[in-house]
Amino acid sequence: MTATLPAPARPRRGRSSTWVGWSFILPNFVGFAALTLVPVIASLALSFLDWDSYSSPRWVGLENFDRMIHNETFWTALKNTTYYAVGHVPLTLCAALGFAVLLNQRLRAVQFFRTALFFPYITSLVAVAVVWNMLLSPEVGPVNQFLRAIGIDSPPGWTTSTTWAMPAVILASVWRDLGYYMILYLAGLQTIPAELYEAAQVDGASGWQRFRHITVPSLRPTTFFVLIMLTISSFKVFDLVQVMTEGGPGRSTLVLSQVIFREGITQGRFGYSSAVSMALFVIVLTITVVQFRWQRRSER
Amino acid sequence: MTLTAPPQAPVRAPAPAPPGPGRRQRVSVRRLLAYLLLIVLSAAVLVPFAWMVSSSLKLDAEVFSVPIQWIPAEFHWDNFGRIWERIPLLTYLRNSIFLSLTITALQVLTGSFAAYGFAKVRFPGRDALFLAYIATIAVPWQAYMVPQYVIMQKAGLVNTHLSLILLQAFSAFGVFLMRQYYLTIPDELSEAARLDGLSEYGIWARIVLPLSKPALASLALLTFVNTWNDYMGPFIYLTDNKLWTIQLGLRSFVGLYDAEYAMIMTGSVLSVLPILVIFLLGQKYFVQGIATSGLK
Repeated sequence: MTATLPAPARPRRGRSSTWVGWSFILPNFVGFAALTLVPVIASLALSFLDWDSYSSPRWVGLENFDRMIHNETFWTALKNTTYYAVGHVPLTLCAALGFAVLLNQRLRAVQFFRTALFFPYITSLVAVAVVWNMLLSPEVGPVNQFLRAIGIDSPPGWTTSTTWAMPAVILASVWRDLGYYMILYLAGLQTIPAELYEAAQVDGASGWQRFRHITVPSLRPTTFFVLIMLTISSFKVFDLVQVMTEGGPGRSTLVLSQVIFREGITQGRFGYSSAVSMALFVIVLTITVVQFRWQRRSER
Repeated sequence: MTLTAPPQAPVRAPAPAPPGPGRRQRVSVRRLLAYLLLIVLSAAVLVPFAWMVSSSLKLDAEVFSVPIQWIPAEFHWDNFGRIWERIPLLTYLRNSIFLSLTITALQVLTGSFAAYGFAKVRFPGRDALFLAYIATIAVPWQAYMVPQYVIMQKAGLVNTHLSLILLQAFSAFGVFLMRQYYLTIPDELSEAARLDGLSEYGIWARIVLPLSKPALASLALLTFVNTWNDYMGPFIYLTDNKLWTIQLGLRSFVGLYDAEYAMIMTGSVLSVLPILVIFLLGQKYFVQGIATSGLK
């Protein structure tokens, strides 16, 4: 194709396409730069400043970070965030994979089930949180009524108990998220050639063996992607906790993004809150990098 | 593979049962089990919705009856009339619709325009610039939400709808999704149009845009739903009750009247209903959008 182009046209187009290219990107880039790129860079700078909304900024070096690591609330929030991730990630992954495998079979009404299971993901978090809070109400909530009916005499107090509040949040979040990751898994399952299963069946492999030795290894790229997305989103959790428990009871469900929000937006301590942001960012980045490394080593 | 398989089958098949009907029976039992499992599990997933709808038609006192009443003794449809008088639902809905439509339109427009630059025009620095877009998708919003707030505060835009519009109209995600799709459109098409004398803007408007309807639809749907359901953005930026979205309105209603269980469920149903309609209309594009982009 390039051979048929008239020779003089090339340099002229090369020169003008810089301008043309930028003209396409510019309308989006102006907004993106001012409201995303600059804030991302500014956040790093802010973490070294002492600044509230009234006084003028003052360079304090690592003072914010020093305060952070001696602050008990920070460690509680970090512990709670980790607890949430450790519960939310594997449960959502297993539920999503299970549903995807079930729905990947040639069954009637597959489309209906797919729609039904995906729907929680797009319903508003406020409605989700409100409904789950009521379902989990300790005395008269349907969940505890059910638990009593199957013989559990003293079911958990869920969001009113410091021990059970986090499991309650995790339960609601798994319910909400599984449909999204199920779709990702369904897309992955569709790429596995049917011949693999046919050959295995001929060799007498059981359903479980086929799942274990064909499905799971073939889905490795999808699982890796799901794992990364789930981990990142778990460490950023905010809305669900904010509406379901507001971090309580006590500080039992307080997570890192709530600390950032309270310190930064509510209290106006921009420097300190940016330091916590940086900590969250470094944690997410480290986990992602470790997962990438681990993925590459297991591939070799 | 299928050619070599049949001769092996009779030798290796461990099942002592006759291969014909026995096997079909086993398969249908498995199918039955799969169905049963699916129905039970899907029902379990849908229970919260069923309970929400059922409770929205009850009296407050009946919501937490023991044992649970799945079908209300009497259907209180008037709940759906009364709630409009209890909270300024109309204002909230109007704000939500306005924000969702504006943000969706801007994002689809600027996103698809920029994506053309990234996918179809070659110029120095393009790939480095695109990398900056990708990198910010990976940074958690909480990490830069404070500087964003400071910028908005300095610009005097806190407590205005404009702040939310500006924050969400230029998403890096939209650019990314559209670019991924444009890359699947063969370059020969735009090359031919260029030779015919069409400008780059003409190619974007007359050739690439019409070809990318599925991607545009999935970006529009995802953006609309995300904006409609966004809680944290309005929660941080909007303090004036008149500017609130349906999510903020619902949340404050819950806080103020936490014993009016039926009414709260009525509000929840009303906040979910528009999304259900949009979802059912465009579910094909949702699934497509997620499966092709893999990102939210």
